[in-house]
Amino acid sequence: MPGSGGGLNGPMRLARALSCEAICRIIGRLSEKLRVAGMADVRHRAAIELAAMEGQADVNGVFDIIGPIMVGPSSSHTAGAVRLGLAGRAIVGGQPSRADLTLHGSFAQTYRGHGTDVALIAGILGMRPDDERIPGSFRVACEQGMEFSFAGADLGDVHPNSVLMDLTGPNGLRTTVGGSSVGGGNILITRIDRFDVDFAGTSHALIASYRDQPGVIAKITSLLATEDVNIATMRVSREGRRARALAIIELDQPVSREARALITRISGIETVIALPPVVSA
Amino acid sequence: MYTSIVELTDAATSRSLTIGAAVREQEALDSGESQDALNRKMQERLAVMRDAVGRGLAGVRSRSGLTGGDARRMAEARRTAGAPMLIGGEPLGSAIAYALAVAEVNAGMGRIVAAPTAGSCGILPGVLLSVGEIRGIGDSELVDALFAAGGVGAVIARSSTLAGAAGGCQAECGAAAAMAAAAAVQIAGGTPEQCTNAVALAFKGLLGLVCDPVAGLVEVPCIKRNATSVAVALAAADMALAGIRSVIPADEVIQAMGAIGRELPVSLRETAIGGLAATPTGKRIATEINACDDQAECHAQKG
Repeated sequence: MPGSGGGLNGPMRLARALSCEAICRIIGRLSEKLRVAGMADVRHRAAIELAAMEGQADVNGVFDIIGPIMVGPSSSHTAGAVRLGLAGRAIVGGQPSRADLTLHGSFAQTYRGHGTDVALIAGILGMRPDDERIPGSFRVACEQGMEFSFAGADLGDVHPNSVLMDLTGPNGLRTTVGGSSVGGGNILITRIDRFDVDFAGTSHALIASYRDQPGVIAKITSLLATEDVNIATMRVSREGRRARALAIIELDQPVSREARALITRISGIETVIALPPVVSA
Repeated sequence: MYTSIVELTDAATSRSLTIGAAVREQEALDSGESQDALNRKMQERLAVMRDAVGRGLAGVRSRSGLTGGDARRMAEARRTAGAPMLIGGEPLGSAIAYALAVAEVNAGMGRIVAAPTAGSCGILPGVLLSVGEIRGIGDSELVDALFAAGGVGAVIARSSTLAGAAGGCQAECGAAAAMAAAAAVQIAGGTPEQCTNAVALAFKGLLGLVCDPVAGLVEVPCIKRNATSVAVALAAADMALAGIRSVIPADEVIQAMGAIGRELPVSLRETAIGGLAATPTGKRIATEINACDDQAECHAQKG
């Protein structure tokens, strides 16, 4: 499973393969994240992030090579698109009643031949990349009463294989999810509503939106610690001081329903979403 | 996981294992899964490959309408008495037909096994299933051979790349042919050392191959490059079985592939800008396929 490997001997091996410049960039990016999150132990966290990155850049096993089993024709334009849809569905907490999708770059230019459009809808409907119903996903959407539309647009300085999904969730609330298919069926979710985010969907994740105030992150992480859930990476962003903020925490283990309920009760927390991995071999 | 072909070959040779068995053992150690569980997982992939061959031979069309039906054409030519005889004989004829079949199923949005990628998914099943049939090889040995191919592919991924966007088609079809050549030598009873030479010989035959898909689709020339790559894989396997050695060792060939990929211009790395994509016919096809006004067309498709 991509991204699940690593371990703390990982950084040593990776250091040989990466240039100093690349490592500095990673640590720089990480320091920024940690500055925002108010954490101190940069070097320890850098080791964890490097290990996680090695998992992404790396093949973790023979079934990454002989596999995945998928519906064609393209790992990036089809399988990756299904996973982007799956991620969008998970973020809004179930099947949307409506999905308005904006395709960018190569996604906009070659979506028909690659079936990127039906693949995205298939993922939003909860199908996996090897589901043979993918080519007929539009019909399934109609049967299940999910409305959808597509448009092409320039989304600016983003990856060529990008989509912006405006999803009306089962709770009736609209959420905008932006993401890119970055190759080999791997994806990156880059935006949730107005927040820039950065996660690959390879591990369990917790997305918490809250009102910015001291102590919220500390309470979440200590709750996770008592549940014996290990944090792999973490990113926090906010609209401004004391304004709406978003924490994306990638985890080595899933969060139990009870732990999630406890986190929801932390003062200042608005919503908590527990996301399963959408990318696996 | 092994980090070089030489390490993989030494591990197999020193313990009198096939390459595939050595790869499976290591995978069991890395993943914590039992060898039986790994075999079942690989058997499932073999079954998907077989299904894809069957569907492709029956005849499929791609979503764009640009390709399809050539696997069937090849299969019929093999069967038709009195028609111009195919020159290559067997297993080449069936290997070509099967590779076309799987690649066409991929273009038609059918289920395939990326091996190592979707664009190069026909080569390994093409070689393995055709050689397996002609030699009467059982599934357990075919599964072993898939582990061998996977081990070779993992080394390529670690030391260079398997992505057309990074290394051109040599990184996809070239890698697939190298993997398939090792698998073929293994089921033909060759030594791990011979498998290693097959990897190097097949890869050398496809070094420098560019990725220049017409209209950016995984169809032209991808499908037929799957078919021509099986010929390279089979030629390399036969040379290795005859005891022919590659002067440049497999690990160095893999390094060279990565270096060549980095030197390829962006126009020839899956961008649909150069090569066959830039020919008059390629450009005309691209215009026709992408002619629709996105918004109008997609709203029309809705429901």
